Parts: sequence; C-alpha cells; structure tokens
Amino acid sequence: MKVKLFSYSQLDTFVHRLSGVSKLFCFLFLTTAIMLTYDIRIIVCIMILSLIMMKISKIQFKQIKTMLIYVGLFLLFNFILTYVVEPEYGVKIYGTKHVLFSIVGRYTVTQEQLFYQMTKFMKYLSVIPLGIIFVLTTNPSEFASSLNGVGVSYKICTALSLTLRYFPDVARDYTTISLAQQARGIEMSAKAKFTDRIKRVAAILIPLIMTTMDRVELISNAMDLRGYGKNKKRTWYSQKPLKTADYISMAVSLLVLIGSLYVRFYINHSMFYNPFI
Amino acid sequence: MDKKVVIEFSNFGFQYFSQSEPTLHDINLKIYEGEKILIAGPSGSGKSTLGNCINGLIPFAYKGKITGSLKVAGIETKSASLFKLSTKVGTVLQDSDGQFFGLNVGEDIAFSLENDMVPQEEMKQKVEKIAEIVDMKDHLQNDPHALSGGQKQRVSLAGVMVDDVDILLFDEPLANLDPKTGKTAIELIDQIANENRTIIIIEHRLEDVLHRSVDRIILVDEGRIIIDDTPDVVLASGILAKYGVREPLYMTAAKYAGAVITPQMHPASLDTFDVSSMKDRILSWYEANHIREKQKHLKEMLKIEDICYSYDGVKTVLNHINASVYEGEMLSIVGKNGAGKTTLASIVCGFIKPDEGRIMMDEEDLSKYTISERAEKIGIVMQNPNQMISKTMIFDEVALGLKVRNIPEEEIKKRVYDVLKICGLYEFRNWPVSALSFGQKKRVTIASILVLNPQILILDEPTAGQDYHHYSEIMEFLKTLNENGQTIIMITHDMHLMLEYTDRAIVITDGQKLADEKAFAVLCDTELTEKANLKETSLFALANKAGVSDPLGFVECFIHYDRKERENEG
Repeated sequence: MKVKLFSYSQLDTFVHRLSGVSKLFCFLFLTTAIMLTYDIRIIVCIMILSLIMMKISKIQFKQIKTMLIYVGLFLLFNFILTYVVEPEYGVKIYGTKHVLFSIVGRYTVTQEQLFYQMTKFMKYLSVIPLGIIFVLTTNPSEFASSLNGVGVSYKICTALSLTLRYFPDVARDYTTISLAQQARGIEMSAKAKFTDRIKRVAAILIPLIMTTMDRVELISNAMDLRGYGKNKKRTWYSQKPLKTADYISMAVSLLVLIGSLYVRFYINHSMFYNPFI
Repeated sequence: MDKKVVIEFSNFGFQYFSQSEPTLHDINLKIYEGEKILIAGPSGSGKSTLGNCINGLIPFAYKGKITGSLKVAGIETKSASLFKLSTKVGTVLQDSDGQFFGLNVGEDIAFSLENDMVPQEEMKQKVEKIAEIVDMKDHLQNDPHALSGGQKQRVSLAGVMVDDVDILLFDEPLANLDPKTGKTAIELIDQIANENRTIIIIEHRLEDVLHRSVDRIILVDEGRIIIDDTPDVVLASGILAKYGVREPLYMTAAKYAGAVITPQMHPASLDTFDVSSMKDRILSWYEANHIREKQKHLKEMLKIEDICYSYDGVKTVLNHINASVYEGEMLSIVGKNGAGKTTLASIVCGFIKPDEGRIMMDEEDLSKYTISERAEKIGIVMQNPNQMISKTMIFDEVALGLKVRNIPEEEIKKRVYDVLKICGLYEFRNWPVSALSFGQKKRVTIASILVLNPQILILDEPTAGQDYHHYSEIMEFLKTLNENGQTIIMITHDMHLMLEYTDRAIVITDGQKLADEKAFAVLCDTELTEKANLKETSLFALANKAGVSDPLGFVECFIHYDRKERENEG
C-alpha cells in the first residue's frame, strides 16, 4: 500500500465529524473574510483559529510537508517580486514614510512597505491551513451527500465524488504506463528537446486515455446495473444530518466574516489597517 | 417439471449496430426458477452478449437490433427498462476492483438502495443483514480497495443481493482471482443458491466452476447454442475442446489412458467420477509412459540477491528473496494476489530500487544502469496491452523503442520486420493497431519489447482473461521463442500455464520465497498450495484415486505426454 499523501484520511475528531457542507461554508466564509481585508489583526486571528483546528483534526506535518515547501517558495518569490515592482506601495497606501535604510535609487526600505508586504504574506499564508483542513478531513461521499442536501443536483455530486474516488487509480495507471514507456527508452527527463518531449508525453497520454476509457465503461455499466439514475432523487448511506456543532461552526465563521466587514467599513474606513497615523 | 420458467429466449437474435453480422442467432433457451446454470464458450462466442441480454445492458447500454423474444421474470426485455430489469437480475461483473463506488464497504453495498430512495435507517438495517449473510459484517467501515480478493467478491455479491433479486448473473467471476480465492468464490456462490434463486455463471474456466455442482452446462459458439445438458452428459460427449473450452485435466488424463467416458461415470466432478473401470488402464499407461527426465546443467544468467523491499517502511513486501534464472529457461513466479510478485519484477527491471540486496546479471550489478538501459537486457510486457500501445500503426508501435534510441532508419526497418515475422504479425505490418484482436495486440506489445533484443523477457500475467484458444496461441508462441533460446519469466496465477509450459516455479507468498522447484511438484504439495493460495492439480487426486503408487511421477508423466501430444497436433 502506498502512503496516502494528500487525500482524505479517516479519523474521528471534532473536525472530521462536521458535515462536509458546513466545512465548505466555513471555508468559504473564512477565505472571503481574508480576501476582503488587509487588516493584519484579523488575518492573524483567523490564522490562529485555523491552526488550532489543524491541531484538533490531527493533521500531521509529513502529510503536508511537500505542499508547504512549494507554497513557501511561491510566497517568498512573490514577496521579492512585489518589492522589486513597487518598492513604495506601502508609502502610497499609508500616506507616511518611515525610512529604515536605502539600498539604491528608489529602492528604500520603509516601515510602511515592510508592514504592507508582511500583511500580504500572512494573508496568502492563512488560506493554506483552511484548504488543507477541508481536503484532508472531508469524506468525498459524505461531502457529495451533503452538497445534494443543500440543493445541488445529485448527478453533479456523484460525479464529483467519483472523481475524487478514482483519482488515485488514474494516478497509479499513469505511473505504470510511464515506467513501461521509459523502459522502452522514452526519456522523460529535461535532457530531451521540447518538441520531442511533447511527442513523448503523448506516448504516455494515449495509453492512459485508453485504460481510463476502459475503466469508465466498466464503472458506468456497473452503475447502470445497480439502478443509478432511476429516480429524480436518491438517498445517501453516509449522509450525516447537520448537528448543533455544524450550525455553531457555520455561525462562528459567518460572525468572523461580518466582524471583518464591520472593521473594514466602520473602524478602518478602508481595506487597510493603518498603524502609522 | 412444473417449475416456473424465469428466463425464456425464443428465436432470439441480436446484432450490435456497430457490427455487420449478428452476434446471436436463433437462441431458444429456458431457464427455470432455482436452477444453477453454467454458460461456457470461447471469447467472441457470444456468451457475454447472452448475459448482457439477460441483465438489460442489451439493448439499453449497448444498442442493437433484437429479433425474436426474451422474457425475464415474465417481462419482455426490449419493452422494459434497464432499471426495471435491475430489480429482477443482479449482475456481478468481473474485476470487482474497478467498480466499488463507496468509500467503505457499507456504502458500497447500499448503492442500489440509495438509488431506490430507501430511507437511511432502513438502508442501514438491510445492509447489515446482507453483510451478515456474506460474512462481511465486521468490515462495514473498511475501505473496499484494501480488502483481500475473496472479500472483494463478497462485497460485490452483497451489493447485488441487497436488492432482493431472484436471478443472479456472474460474468466471469474467476477472472483475476488466484486459484484458491476462485475456489472460495465458487463455494460462496453455491452457498447462496436456493430453490427460489436462479444462478447463472458465465465462465470458460470449467474445471474451477465445477468445483461445486451445477444443474446444466450451456455451451455457446458463434452465437448459437451447441449443447444444453447436464454436466455429466456434456463432459462425456467430449465436444468441449473442439469449441475451445478446456475440459478438466483429470478427464484429459483418463482419455490419454484410453478410457471411454460415459455420463454414467459422473465425470462432472472428481469426487463423483467413477474410475473403477479404468484403474487398470491408467496404471498400465503410467507404466508404459513414465520416464525420469535427466537433470540439465544450465548457465546462471540472472541472480536475485537478498532483496528486501517495503513501500512504506512498515510493511515488508519482499523479505530477503534469493533466486537465480538460468539461460534459456522458461520460469514461472506464482503466489497469492498481492504477494509481491509484481514488485519483484519491478525491482528486476529497475522501476523501483530495493531497500536491500542487488540484482546481478552476468556477474554485473545492474543498479548502475538506468531504466531504459536495463530494458535492453531485461524487457517487461505488461498485463494489459492498452497500457503500452501508444501508436496507431503496428510498424510504428514496434519501432518506437528503436527510434528513440536513434538507430538508423534502415536498421530499424530490418529489425522490426524480423521481429514481426517471429511474432506472426508480418502480414499486418501496415495495419492500424485498433484492427487487431486482444491476443494480437498482446503480440504487438511482446514484439515491441523483443525488438530491443533483451536477454530476458518478463511477462506479467500473459494469459489473463484469455480463453483456451487464445491462451494456447499465446503460450505456443512463447514456447517457440523459448525454444529459440529466449529466456522467459512469467508472473502468473494460472495453474495450467505453470504446469504445462514452465519447468520451474518460484513460489512467493507474503514476501517470502516458499519454494523453488519443478512446477508439477509445487502443485502436488498440499501444504504448499494451501499457503500460497494455489490449488492442487486434479491430476494428483486422480492418481491417488486410481491407486498409482507414485502420484507425483504420474503428474510428471502426464505433462511430458501432453506436451508431446500438443506438438504432434501443431
């Protein structure tokens, strides 16, 4: 058995017990709150909240290590690029200029710029734990059933859950095919010319599409034979009714969103929190 | 008989819209309530089409033209619907692995109840009840993909039984199962049979199905019913082999000994088979034919040294495996599903690196070569040809490995033509791959590996899902290659293949090498076959039943005699 690196893992924690739909709503509320604000106080609050949730849901560091490395690199790159393009953006926003030191020409390092970039960095970073929690603690079938519960057509829901379900199988086929083709001498490394590489990708894709088509035919026959699509509606074996905990979580997330909007419109009077005045 | 007719074909015919000829002609067949039927026939005979007509995939999923009439539980199928039929006929498709929808066993069993809008409470109760019948109650929360082959079968079965269907249709239930799991599957099917439940099994592995009795065998070929009678009559008639269905090995042996088999001897099962009248013949045939083969001295070619491997660092997949492969031999690697056979092949080919140990070839450690460099020494042919074929034309497909190695055009042409000739595909060299049959596609993939001149050829399940005719075709081809000096290793759980074509077998189970000896000896060792999920050959049991003093020698004698017979035929 391969170690499942980035897929649903079955545990029994508070977060796992929440219904998929309430998790989806919490995720949407909280990410919207983050997207709509540049107030670092709110961002840090949400981040702490989500880190606590991650702790509760027993997500292990090794499960998310690879992803964190990529995200970290991306954010670092973004951080540098923002400075190179607009070194004085912070000054423009906050209206003051506290120079710490200057590098060359217009490249001065100001408190305002640092504060702005820090806020932006945190903003992106705080979305990550939310996404991770959602993906790693949501059972695809249960999610499909609860999505259906809030009015989404069940055919879309099953399609969604089947995609999540069979993704690992297709990934396994891909590895097998890729190895078989490499054994025939098809070099997949960067050494090959670009046009060659495109051709060689086809050498994997065509067999992959063929085997996937076989798989799809089998699944669709099996579903038909067991009466899938017979009625306008269906019931769900793994559906969980929304419980008090679900309503509370959604209410809390919604409050966070409303709170952040309140701060934006009535306290800061802008997207930004300005500590410099 | 005043039994109720549940399935009635009258002058029934069917033609797929995509084909120019009808697949089924003039089918007249009655199946009664509570009967257990085996439908046998070679691939392409129309037996699966017949099954698909009963469960309604024809004409609702596969379109075509129906003539005559087919009534299932009193319903004329062409004017019903797939859903209506699915409440009468439950179908267990082959390859249960590919058709689990649920994340846990319970959900998977409940699938058709969900579609029927059964309330959740009632659904849970029903699922529990069915799970108890198939003995899976303790596994309701498990991931179906993590179950053993036999348990998977139980889950698929529960998934159709939960609907309270009266007719159960099994489409090649034995494909992809190791011999012992297949045996348990047949026992399970027998267990759930009762007087109200009609069971139809479509399968070409006759001897394995007959492990438990059936009421009738219906032999289909070229879309027509050839014979429809009790197993004793069908077997005694001796026509099975003529239509590409393998008869039980013990019958072949009895025939070699010159015995005339009649229905009164009850040849349907070895337990009931009356050998009293042929004992003398069998003994004298054995006396006349037994020879001890001389030991051949072969040169060691590949050495597997102390290989250990684990995917996750916790569960060992291979545990200190040592083995040798000799030049020019044909070797089989057998064992339970998931025993580590394929992993071992992947290590030999360099797809994955072993945690410990090394692979030596001609005194050279292979770890220094890349995957594609190793491919010129050891070639591997995957089980499913669709996993390998990436070009539309046969020539291009076979030439692919040479082209990427920048070999001059002229040489490519010569080498590809040579290998196509060896593989009997020369006439097809300018054909598109899609025009070939499954067996021919398999040969294309073998050709595309052979063209690189590997010293060792590894085949993963070369005959999986093949009927007797295609099986013989592929295996005879491999045998010719082997006789021309090609060293071949086969990973398989086909006991016939191992017995008939390979001299030596390495048995791997739970990561351990359990045995490394003559193939026939492995299949006569009850304890070993039990441990490795294999099945003792019925020849051994026949020898015991007939009172042969050295049953092992008898099996060996049969193998040699049988090979000679086949050579004479070819």
